[in-house]
Amino acid sequence: MIEIQNVRKSFGSLEVLKGIDLTVEKGEVVTVIGGSGSGKSTLLTCINGLEPIDAGRIMVDGTEVHAKTTDLNKLRRKVGIVFQQWNAFPHLTVLENVMLALRKVLGLSKDKAEEIAVKQLTHVGLGEKLSVFPTRMSGGQQQRMAIARALAMSPEYMLFDEVTSALDPQLVGEVLDTLRMLASEGMTMICVTHEMKFAREVSDRVAFFHKGVMAEIAPPEALFGAPKDPELQKFLAATH
Amino acid sequence: MFSYTFHWNQALKALPQMLDGALITLQVALLSMVIGLALALALTACRLSGNRVLGGIATTWVEIARNTPALFQIYMAHFGLGNFGIHLSPYTALLVGIAFNNAGYLAENFRGALKAIPETQTRAGRSLGMTPVQAFRYIVLPQMLRVAFLPATNQMVWAILMTSLGVTVGMNSDLAGVTQELNARSFRTFEFFALAAVIYYVIAKAVTLAARVLASRMFRY
Repeated sequence: MIEIQNVRKSFGSLEVLKGIDLTVEKGEVVTVIGGSGSGKSTLLTCINGLEPIDAGRIMVDGTEVHAKTTDLNKLRRKVGIVFQQWNAFPHLTVLENVMLALRKVLGLSKDKAEEIAVKQLTHVGLGEKLSVFPTRMSGGQQQRMAIARALAMSPEYMLFDEVTSALDPQLVGEVLDTLRMLASEGMTMICVTHEMKFAREVSDRVAFFHKGVMAEIAPPEALFGAPKDPELQKFLAATH
Repeated sequence: MFSYTFHWNQALKALPQMLDGALITLQVALLSMVIGLALALALTACRLSGNRVLGGIATTWVEIARNTPALFQIYMAHFGLGNFGIHLSPYTALLVGIAFNNAGYLAENFRGALKAIPETQTRAGRSLGMTPVQAFRYIVLPQMLRVAFLPATNQMVWAILMTSLGVTVGMNSDLAGVTQELNARSFRTFEFFALAAVIYYVIAKAVTLAARVLASRMFRY
């Protein structure tokens, strides 16, 4: 369970998170929508401790993320994240990209790491690309590799930060299909996305962020069917 | 007007002697690169440390090495330090001078290479549970090496050519030193220096080619 309690975060004088409260249960899929600069991506990087917070707290299975005593490297094995820019490691093959953390962080043997990496890459449809260097692949393939790389650590939670936003339109579908597959397998996920149709389909709940505040959160039918917040109504009217 | 008669035989006869000198040249250049690389790593670490004193020293070093004549740097190592009672042999002074120069250029090269690797690479590594050291070691460093490699081989070529400045501090065993002595005895300046130039050229080209082959093996992407 991820518990976000009254989290505040500023960059300089700009407050990007103004007291966020959100609890995500095991097995739940929560998508976060909202305009640029609404703070939704920042929230994700706070959840796995890549960004410090100014106030409030975030608990992952009872461990306070930003407590001084928390081993963030250990916590991050539990909470995987995939970014908008997939950040493939260009000097490693696809297989090596996925194997690296298995070997160095989890300390697995080469054989075991390879076994897991092959399994995960096959799972996202890249079983034929093992020995290819990432720069030789499309953005969609690189993004699926990044997803496999995160999944290989067998995280219990996955955070997806606008993972289709930097892709050419024709490549968005393959990545969303991968996310749908994960959701159907019961992965606990928080997805920041601009894909409304996807949000409507996979989410248990959808949260709407506006100017650092979670203005509304509801199951997709309610949020999209009968939006209450006036800013959300405007947002949905503009995106449809 | 043009009545000079070439005497190539004399120069060719001295070829074995000059090749021995070329070996010394290569030795000084290689040593100066090894020392220069180690110093450049230290300078880069100082500049990244955030410590103002260490950073200031490193930056001053880089500025002097890159913006003053290499000849002066070698002179200082020999005659300059001599004024303070530190007497270095021509060989050592040459080595120190070139290593100083190499360190400055290579440190700047490393800094550029480090900047070329986006912060998001480290972030991706950290998000997989890597420590900062692991992310640097397995993700940033290998990519940095690729960026820094070819400029570093240029510096190696430059180091080979810089060794010829050793004659100004009395170096007489390297290629330039040997050539200079042969010239002083025979006054066949053109022949001896032309032959020496060819040898420098061949060494420089060989180093560049070897580096290119090595790079194509080391960097597979």
